Amino acid sequence: MVLNSLGRQIPETFSGKKLIPYSDPWSLQPHAERSTRAIRRLTHNGSKLVGGLKDAIIAVGLKDGMTISTHHSLRNGDQLLNDLVKEIDALGIRDIKIASSSIHIVHAELIPYIRKGVITGFECGVNGLIGELVSKGELDCPIVVRSHGGRARALITGEIPVDVAFLAAPYCDEYGNFNGFYGPSACGSLGYAQVDAQHAHKVVAVTDNLVPFPAVPVGIPQSVVDFVAQVSRLGDPKKIVSSTTRITTDPIGLQIAKYAAMVIESSGYVKDGFSFQTGTGGISLAVAENVRNMMRQGKIKGSFGCGGITGNFVDMLEEGLFEALFDVQCFDLRAVESIGRNQKHQEMTAGMYANPFNCGSVVNRLDCAILSATEIDVNFNVNVNTESMGYLLHNTGGHCDVAAGAKVSIVVAPSIRGRLPIVRDEVTTITTPGETVGVIVTERGVAVNDNLPELKAELIRRRAPVKDIRQLRDEIYAVTGVPRPIEFVDKIVGLVEYRDGSIIDVIRQVCP
Amino acid sequence: MAEYQLRRTLLYVPGNMPSMLQNIPLFQCDAVIIDLEDAVPLSEKDAARILVRRFLESYKERNKEILVRINGLDTKWALDDLKAVLPSIPDGIRLPKADSPEIVERLDTLLTEYEEELGLGIGHFKILPSIETAQGVINATRTARASTRLIGLAFGAEDYTATMEINRTKTGEELFNARMNVLWAAKAAGIQAIDSIFSDVNDMEALRVETELIKRLGFTGKCMVNPRQTDVIHDVFAPKQDEIDYALQVMDAIKRAREMGTGVISLKGKMIDVPIVIRAARVLRTAHAHGMVDVVINEEDIHGAE
Repeated sequence: MVLNSLGRQIPETFSGKKLIPYSDPWSLQPHAERSTRAIRRLTHNGSKLVGGLKDAIIAVGLKDGMTISTHHSLRNGDQLLNDLVKEIDALGIRDIKIASSSIHIVHAELIPYIRKGVITGFECGVNGLIGELVSKGELDCPIVVRSHGGRARALITGEIPVDVAFLAAPYCDEYGNFNGFYGPSACGSLGYAQVDAQHAHKVVAVTDNLVPFPAVPVGIPQSVVDFVAQVSRLGDPKKIVSSTTRITTDPIGLQIAKYAAMVIESSGYVKDGFSFQTGTGGISLAVAENVRNMMRQGKIKGSFGCGGITGNFVDMLEEGLFEALFDVQCFDLRAVESIGRNQKHQEMTAGMYANPFNCGSVVNRLDCAILSATEIDVNFNVNVNTESMGYLLHNTGGHCDVAAGAKVSIVVAPSIRGRLPIVRDEVTTITTPGETVGVIVTERGVAVNDNLPELKAELIRRRAPVKDIRQLRDEIYAVTGVPRPIEFVDKIVGLVEYRDGSIIDVIRQVCP
Repeated sequence: MAEYQLRRTLLYVPGNMPSMLQNIPLFQCDAVIIDLEDAVPLSEKDAARILVRRFLESYKERNKEILVRINGLDTKWALDDLKAVLPSIPDGIRLPKADSPEIVERLDTLLTEYEEELGLGIGHFKILPSIETAQGVINATRTARASTRLIGLAFGAEDYTATMEINRTKTGEELFNARMNVLWAAKAAGIQAIDSIFSDVNDMEALRVETELIKRLGFTGKCMVNPRQTDVIHDVFAPKQDEIDYALQVMDAIKRAREMGTGVISLKGKMIDVPIVIRAARVLRTAHAHGMVDVVINEEDIHGAE
């Protein structure tokens, strides 16, 4: 065990791999070439159709011990991964690692196959029951949680060698060109899948909507696709929307949104060329609405909106408030509809979005970004992975990538959830280092990181409720009391990888 | 000083809901009215009293005016309400169904007894009576003068329309006479006039129209059922920039006048004297509450040093 710079105990190895303890957000340099894969030569000009999933698994030669991936652009509506693992099991293949771009609640269907030994590890973060059972020690299946940028990095450097990527292809031709824009399972941007298409050793496009050649516009090209498989259904795009798409009506949420808007306004970046990212959820949408009004009033022409894209962002683009949208995944069907018809609504790969190891990702160009938090500590470290029982319930998403990239990263959260204090002495798990977090906004006040002194002064000048983060913690503790720490056993069941590949924290099994 | 206490927004908070009570310190309204009356079901009257008392005891750094709406003095709960909450020192009592001055006088007597018992100065607890029946409207003039504890008269349109056996509309023509009567009574007695709630929390436009109307009539504040309504009401009550500029000129002029040894001065051909200074001071204090000016107006600025 070694201590990383945030005081977390990190093992020297995990699942046989040597680990690098986290030290800081910036200094770790890559010492790798881009990963290689065998160059293939396809001489026929006919169809790449192999049949169904089973045929595709046989055609790519999937074997025990290999790593597979899928993309999560259909989010909780994804059916492909569940169907795929059933077929893998039926073929008697075991010891498969999953390195998908994310795992959602719907994938709890995989649990019996983890118990059976079909799946023996996740090289990606997970949402929902799988993480909970692993945390409780009821499932033996190590998990490495990665951010969107971190996953792209790990595929590109070859740290995760993906043997076969099975990529849901909502609009696909028989020679393997596809996009996500159209068809019954349209999911919009294929930003995550782009990385797999370039770096997995074999690529299978899986479609429920085979169209005559050529499927244009080409999102992922025929030149990287080995086979095309057909299924009756990839999933249900209506379930892409995971959280609310309506602006919150909760007065506390609205107050948080109002303070967050004050922070954005005080940052000085709301002028021509402004760039912004926000997530889904009622508070984020309320902040976005405030930003929209600010931009309208100031007649501001922003540069770009970024991230998971919602209909709200689409409206801002169409209103002329932004020059472009950079879209790594569509968060609702209005975004899906927009990306298929508007060239200013630009699909971007997860690597271009957030990979720290390239010549500059889009997050680096962000002025202000709104992020969420499950817990925040007095050093501004944020946890979005584990909840109050200590269970791993959420994936990182782009959290630590955006925090590191944006000039002002703004974490919005209610100060109390249920009876839990959200700002506290210590977080259960560190997802995002405090050094990269600019401002914490709660309904009880705004805490500004010392590395943004000018913003702090401007907020005080505007009579925003600026408070020292420890004062904020004390006010919250006065209402909730100090929670008893969660008890963990020594066994490490998962890792939280920082975007550069160093280990920022570990997930331990909770005491029964 | 009481006449300058801003009461633009008075938010009702149900006394039986811990999650909402807990957020009282965070709301941006000028006052809250913690409700033990209509919002609390009969089966929860006891529990609500204890909860409200405990909350007020823990709410030490009060950042807004706290009123408690007790049950009507003609009910069996009212005395227990007072007994439970007064020791935790709210700022005052919102008295429902203040149909006559006698009802207010009775509460005044009870409050005096508690003040003696609690060792508070006589007059600590304020009263905001609700004028919410036909009888109440008729008696409003006398009710407004029934006690020195009164900070204002509050018009309750929902109960009023019920006693009138009519429906309340969004345009509110049916309330016009009653509102004027309450206004006259309050203004004649030198206290504030607070308007009724606007119950459709999703119709911000209609709330704005109604608030603009009641501001024009002379009301200085409005009760609310939801904190989301705060911004609209504050926005309506916010002074306009030209009003602020003029008020600053008035304060500057009167200051110069006093330096010259007089209480009256001409500003752009208009006489400036105490009533105009009082109005200017009210504008600037409201503007200060909105964060629109930095100046703090003292009594001395208004009336001059003795």
